[in-house]
Amino acid sequence: MEALISGFFNLQILTEAAPYLAQGLAMTLMLSLVAVPLGLAGGLALALASTSRSRLLRWSAVVYTDLFRAFPPLVLLLFVAFGLPFLGFKPPAFIAVAIAFLLNTSSYYGEILRAGIESVPGGQHEAARATGLGRWQSLRYVIVPQAVRNVVPDLISNTLEVVKLTSIASVVALPELLYTARQVQSVTYNASPVIAAGLIYLVLLWPLVRLLSRYERQAVSIR
Amino acid sequence: MKPPSGAQPLLELRGLRKSFGASEVVRGVDLAVVPRELVFVIGPSGSGKSTLLRMCNRLEEPSAGEIWFEGQNILAPGTDLNAVRRRIGMVFQSFNLYPHLNARDNVALALIHVLKQPREEAHARAVESLRKVGLGDRGEAKPAELSGGQQQRVAIARALALEPAIVLFDEPTSALDPELVGSVLAVLRELRSAGMTMMVVSHEMGFARGAADRVVFMESGRILADGPPETIFGAGAPQRIREFVASVEHR
Amino acid sequence: MQGLIDTFFNIAVMAQYLPKVLEGMVITVLLAIAVVLTGLALGFVLAVVRSAGLRVVNVLIVLFADVFRAVPPLVILITIYFALPTVGLRFTGFESAWIGLSLVLAAFAEEVIWAGILSVPRGQWEAARSSGLGFAQAMRLVILPQALRLTIAPLTSRAIVITKNTALASVVAVGEILYQAQAAYSFSYNPSPLTLGAIAYLVLFIPLVWLGRWVETRFAWKR
Repeated sequence: MEALISGFFNLQILTEAAPYLAQGLAMTLMLSLVAVPLGLAGGLALALASTSRSRLLRWSAVVYTDLFRAFPPLVLLLFVAFGLPFLGFKPPAFIAVAIAFLLNTSSYYGEILRAGIESVPGGQHEAARATGLGRWQSLRYVIVPQAVRNVVPDLISNTLEVVKLTSIASVVALPELLYTARQVQSVTYNASPVIAAGLIYLVLLWPLVRLLSRYERQAVSIR
Repeated sequence: MKPPSGAQPLLELRGLRKSFGASEVVRGVDLAVVPRELVFVIGPSGSGKSTLLRMCNRLEEPSAGEIWFEGQNILAPGTDLNAVRRRIGMVFQSFNLYPHLNARDNVALALIHVLKQPREEAHARAVESLRKVGLGDRGEAKPAELSGGQQQRVAIARALALEPAIVLFDEPTSALDPELVGSVLAVLRELRSAGMTMMVVSHEMGFARGAADRVVFMESGRILADGPPETIFGAGAPQRIREFVASVEHR
Repeated sequence: MQGLIDTFFNIAVMAQYLPKVLEGMVITVLLAIAVVLTGLALGFVLAVVRSAGLRVVNVLIVLFADVFRAVPPLVILITIYFALPTVGLRFTGFESAWIGLSLVLAAFAEEVIWAGILSVPRGQWEAARSSGLGFAQAMRLVILPQALRLTIAPLTSRAIVITKNTALASVVAVGEILYQAQAAYSFSYNPSPLTLGAIAYLVLFIPLVWLGRWVETRFAWKR
């Protein structure tokens, strides 16, 4: 028990580590606040593309989605982070991570939104067009709002995944929460920072998880 | 309420009570059912009649009172509930057929896993049971392919296949379209002629008049009257009951 | 253009490290299969136990599910591999990845299967128990067949996500694809092995994505 407390919950080390962990948390939040909107925007574009009349556009959307859903995010990240310099770009780590995240999360959000759009009955679009709304207007005011409403649980679930995903940025030395925790751990030879990081994630994301549980139950029963 | 002289009750409820939280739904009910009797339980919604029925095989646990079935107190600790339930059949308002199994397998399931019959024998008995309710040739059909009346008849076949001592019916026709009700009532009539002991909670007054041995009227958790159909439906019946019967038949 | 090919698609380099990447593929597949089997099995057991209704046990199960769905998988892997040794529990990289990813999958699987069990109408329990079937029999013969039909699609997609998380095992020194690709990259200072690794992942996972989509559509509206 003693060993557990001094090894995992060492107050002295935690107090020293606190400011670093706080910075790491700030970076995690910043990364999330960038990745989620970018992903949503990209996803929406993909979802709309998959409804396009142009077969090329539809096909491209499918290829993109399948590609980036099959690609493990960490691999994609390393590819972007190590590969870009060879192309002549030397972006800061944050940008590289943001790019990789955009590619990955937009494909997931895109798939969710596409399913959402498909779940809106065709009659809605017809009704909208019948009142004179153009195709884009019908999408914007009638279809997409309903589509989003239908897939809120999946969107929340994916957002949860995105925030958790930020932890892989530690592999390319972006100073987010996990990276800072590991840094402190390697300097102090004590695991408390990493445990603390885990707890911080837990506190941060637990409300979302609870919310999701409730939705999941409803979703399965409706299906 | 006295059972017909000499006959030993198959099922006896003594001082049965049930509360859900603060509200008492069944307030001290005494009822006995002798073999081969068809007992009909009627009453306004909220009177506790369904709860009463469901306590008989302990789908609801009574808050107080005793239930004696085939001479044993089935509320006693250590009662083998599964064994008791083999002897008490139940037919539900919403049929509750297993959607992932066809009609024959619905009926055969308990035969195989509760009575431990070999598969072929169970299937044969199941088909025989279905034949008795007029569906011998629909064994392969899944519940979704059958009409409501047919589904309920399969449910009855399912309950009968175990050869129970008594069958409980919880509003068996309430979920059916009017034109399908007759087919189910016909099965009930046949069961009665064959001597099956039955307790039926239902609104089908016409059926009660013609086929019931005894009618029990419940209101607010208590039994207000218990006797042959004439005493409930006849001119001598209490005002409250006559009003109720009139309101139901008016539908 | 030639430069791009030399950098990212250098056949010579790729050929040199192909054997290593193939080794990595074997490890990836092994780890993925192990994780999916133990994760789903554990999640299934937890969900069935939960439906027995013991309050204390249920609180523990919910706690477990919440923790392992809120904390990022990488944090869990790192905790098992780097932090546990400080209190005396030492696991190899493969073991850490196997345990960590299984627990994560189990947490998600438990929630999904539990939702499936809940969604089976109460009348089914009543009909089954009324005919004398015991709890286990009713579960096995009546409830689970109905519950699982609803859960196949979400479970498949979760399992696929977890298999992609095997890439995280590279961080705890498991010799799967990414680890081999990264090692090759640092030896050769050419990102072509990373491309090779990416291709290896795509070869493994694009079929999985298609499988997931097929399962999704096949079981979507079956009730």
